[in-house]
Amino acid sequence: MTAVAVEEQIRTPRVVPRRVPLSRVTAVELRKMFDTRSGFWLMASIVIAATMATGAVILFAPDGELTYSTFATAIGFPMAVILPMIAILSVTSEWSQRSGLTTFTLVPHRGRVISAKAISSVAVGVVSIPLAFAIGAVGNVVGTSITGTVMVWDVSLTDGFYIMLGNVLGLLVGFMLGVLIRNSAGSIVAYFVYSLLLPTVFALLAASHAWFRDLQPWVDFNYAQGALFNGSPSGEQWANIGTAGAIWLALPLAVGLTLVMRSEIK
Amino acid sequence: MITVETLTKKYGGFTAVDNITFTARSGRVTGFLGPNGAGKSTTLRVIAGLTPPTFGSATISGRRFADLPNPGMEVGVLLDASAQHAGRTGRESLIVAQRLMGLPARRVPEMLEMVSLTDTEAGRRVRNYSLGMRQRLGIATALIGDPEVLILDEPANGLDPAGIRWMRDLLRNYANRGGTVLLSSHLLHEIEVIADDLVVIGNGRIVAQGTKAELLEAAGTVVRSPRVGDLQKALGASGLTATRSADGALRTDADPELVGQIALLARLALTELKTADSTGLEEMFLELTEDTQREGAAA
Repeated sequence: MTAVAVEEQIRTPRVVPRRVPLSRVTAVELRKMFDTRSGFWLMASIVIAATMATGAVILFAPDGELTYSTFATAIGFPMAVILPMIAILSVTSEWSQRSGLTTFTLVPHRGRVISAKAISSVAVGVVSIPLAFAIGAVGNVVGTSITGTVMVWDVSLTDGFYIMLGNVLGLLVGFMLGVLIRNSAGSIVAYFVYSLLLPTVFALLAASHAWFRDLQPWVDFNYAQGALFNGSPSGEQWANIGTAGAIWLALPLAVGLTLVMRSEIK
Repeated sequence: MITVETLTKKYGGFTAVDNITFTARSGRVTGFLGPNGAGKSTTLRVIAGLTPPTFGSATISGRRFADLPNPGMEVGVLLDASAQHAGRTGRESLIVAQRLMGLPARRVPEMLEMVSLTDTEAGRRVRNYSLGMRQRLGIATALIGDPEVLILDEPANGLDPAGIRWMRDLLRNYANRGGTVLLSSHLLHEIEVIADDLVVIGNGRIVAQGTKAELLEAAGTVVRSPRVGDLQKALGASGLTATRSADGALRTDADPELVGQIALLARLALTELKTADSTGLEEMFLELTEDTQREGAAA
């Protein structure tokens, strides 16, 4: 290849670039979750929703129920919606906003970009859930001092850890749907079908068919995850989470990843 | 240098890119010309590793795109200026690229200045950008890593005449410094003024390629005579195919000298004899793509 040799003489010698490390891709993906207006407000909504839920408990909960678990439950509802949305949009915006055209040419390994998105999404979950719970804790202190009732801390650190784990699983469900569907609106709709319709169908099935009742914990991911929100899960309950999670999270995620690797970025 | 070898891309039964081979050399601007839907964008996406080829390969300085350790510092790619997150500011879009490549922060204001985006404009969100501003931002993103190779899909779209002039000068200087430029267009005049080499594509196949000078030469001869019918017969007798255009001129692939000699031997007076110039390239482009372009297919 003499032609190549000649060309290299014409060009000034250059530093051979080093491979972009995954840590840098992750840091950039994390930045991209905050640097748009919608992204910023989605992040802000974690704090806003936690504060509003806490305020609502102080205002409307009966004095006898003004315990920390009431706050934690109230905060849990908006978290279960917002966190998966964050994960969904971090993936789907590359397709819906078509910014993937730049992202995947600057990092031509889709697996690395998707991994970086998974890591940064989970990081957001792991940081924001304790933050939301801290807001609830402030609410518990303020609320009980207003009503003059006894301050009750009925959520242990272990419980809190399981709740966080449950929320991270919910976030990963959103992530999975984003990878599988790769369209913002479609993934968000799919998430609501997944988290609202599917449990209802399983509940009806369990109510009407006895054979399904024993099977439900093994195939209903939402049902299996319930154990995380009700104290320490037993060994069998962990197995339930693992099995149902394999069906409803790991398997579709694998399908989605295969599609992402093969698909064409337009 | 960009090397495309026997590249084919099929979508089910449809062949978008059909066995194409070409090279974009360094120090030169290579124009990738073809009507809409000819397969230009698909080819560029394959080069950039965004579309897997069905067959064949595309390499940048001998390496596949995916094997480049930090592609932004070796290849600047702008495939679609509209493909940027609408909710991000122009500056932030550049910062994302700068961080990903691991470049110093000063590159961002440098690039904004180079593409003439003001501070205020850089602070606006991309959704409020005109197509011309998006092209400038896209060029800034492509050039921020100071790459040796530039791949641009229809970069003049949305630019005003001054912007087109600016783009042309920028690409010329870039190639003069030894860079490789591959740019696509469906407008011949746009590419004619900037390109050194041309690759003409129609219906997924390369229909002509070479230096601009070669292709201009290949455009042949335009000749006029009061006895145009006799001239056409005389040329035909010598084995040349001459086509009569609407204004009565004859066009043939042979060079003017040969046409003149044939006319002399046939004792025919000529009123005009010249090399088909740039309008010839245009007719060649239309002719080459006639069977493949949409208007032709509908007729």
